[in-house]
Amino acid sequence: MFSKRKFTQALIYTSFVGPVFFVFSMIVLIPFVLGMYYSLTSWNGVSGTIEWNGLNNFIQIFKNDLQVRDSFLFTIKFTLASVFFTNSLGFLLALLLTQKLKAKNILRTVFFIPNLIAGLLLGFIWQFIFVKGFAAIGELTGFSLFQLPWLGDATTAFWGIVIVSVWQGAGYVMVIYIAAILNIPDEVIEAARIDGANGWDLLKYIILPLIRPAITICLFLTISWAFKIFDLNFSLTGGGPFKSTESLAINIYTEAFVNNRYGLGAAKAFLFFVVVATITTLQVLYTKKKEVEA
Amino acid sequence: MEQRYTKRVLILEIVTILLGLIFLIPFYFIIINSLKSFSEILLNTAAWPKEFQWNNYVEAWRRLQYPKVFLNSLLITVFSNLAIVVFCSMAAYRLVRSPNKISKIIFILFISAMVIPFQSIMIPLVRVTSQLGLLNSIPGIVIMYLGFGAGFSIFLYHGFIKSVPREIEEAAIVDGCSSFGVFWRIVFPLLKPITVTIIILNSLWIWNDFLLPLLVLQDQNLRTIPLATFFFFGQYTKQWDLALAALILGIIPLLIFFFFLQRHIIKGIIEGSIK
Repeated sequence: MFSKRKFTQALIYTSFVGPVFFVFSMIVLIPFVLGMYYSLTSWNGVSGTIEWNGLNNFIQIFKNDLQVRDSFLFTIKFTLASVFFTNSLGFLLALLLTQKLKAKNILRTVFFIPNLIAGLLLGFIWQFIFVKGFAAIGELTGFSLFQLPWLGDATTAFWGIVIVSVWQGAGYVMVIYIAAILNIPDEVIEAARIDGANGWDLLKYIILPLIRPAITICLFLTISWAFKIFDLNFSLTGGGPFKSTESLAINIYTEAFVNNRYGLGAAKAFLFFVVVATITTLQVLYTKKKEVEA
Repeated sequence: MEQRYTKRVLILEIVTILLGLIFLIPFYFIIINSLKSFSEILLNTAAWPKEFQWNNYVEAWRRLQYPKVFLNSLLITVFSNLAIVVFCSMAAYRLVRSPNKISKIIFILFISAMVIPFQSIMIPLVRVTSQLGLLNSIPGIVIMYLGFGAGFSIFLYHGFIKSVPREIEEAAIVDGCSSFGVFWRIVFPLLKPITVTIIILNSLWIWNDFLLPLLVLQDQNLRTIPLATFFFFGQYTKQWDLALAALILGIIPLLIFFFFLQRHIIKGIIEGSIK
């Protein structure tokens, strides 16, 4: 009797948790483990026999692959710039839009809208803006900034991608910062005002410390978006000019699905996982610790 | 923050509106140019169209096979959401209500998989899913979205369910309700706020996703909107009159979705980020 009850319990448990866990294992866990295995082979994605390659892929990546080094540097530089500007702009917009502005609601929508558009479409849209739109603005205003060959030069193409990613992401973090600022109790701010705090003091001693959790989450989101950038990069510059804006994600994609070097691609993909997981985990731990102190 | 509408606020208002206009300039450019002829785009990119070329839209609609790709995107998004909501809410509920070692391990597996970037598993994924016969089919990609969405959705449900009181469930069990009955009739309706959040966040992701469909939907008839736009650009490189119209057709569905559900979307983003 007892064991029968236990059996039904197990059956119920499995019917609730089982389906999604099964799918999750098939789609995420098994490919993840298989990926680690492929990274130790020289598989080309087509042939039936998979040849063991030991750590050769990793050695090759570290010793000879200049392109992956450039892609890594590009991704790091892009992440730093994009995270900094997305959060600064998003926070600034949140500060402005928590004032008693009349057009507050419409403006919140305006700043948020770019976020609704698929990264791939955004890249194509901005290709047009950089190539045709900027040229037209340059002719009208005479600003030399707009007359640069925006996507034709390594430096400007880099900043081009940063501009688009900030334009896309600022509205999203703005929403989170607005919610955090509105959550600060009015009494705290009034008390500070009565004690003679000016706007700057208020920002430094009240607002910033009290929205730390929002900062943690926004940094986490923007870092992982930036590090994994693919769609936008793919359609805006395609990694060019001369592969100068090729992100790690694009590098992995090309290695596996264009060059048909699945083994090498899998090794890069594994390193990519290690880097992303380490950076995001460290960042959350670090900013969380700050939250407790604050 | 009690303030009157002072001069300072007026200046801030003007500054913010100007910023907003700068944000909108790209839309101005693509909308006006989508209504020009190709030669006019090259001549006056910034100017208002001399004559509206609605035909650009007709052509883009036809060449994108818009109704078909729209329907594909819609089916994939709707069924993925359905699968995610049904299976993830059930799993999260059982994981919370049976606090044993196995539940703990399973939950940790779901959570830790959230740090795996998609690019890290896409190579073996294509192989595994082709052997399972999931390539080139809408049910196949729905199953994949369930797998990739599970971590985050279970995480959100898990956090929410912990705050749902148990007493009502116990009363229902005493009254002879089955486990499934308790869940679907009593618990699931209580989860509505977090379900809305999960549907919104997953819809924005799935609707706009490009890389997974690119890898697993090779059949032309199964293309989603981002995928169709991508191939359209490959085929009509720099034919901006049609391309811009195609881009706008691609953007419109989500804009409409947003204007209807604006409040829920903003709330969903905030709730999804607090947990």
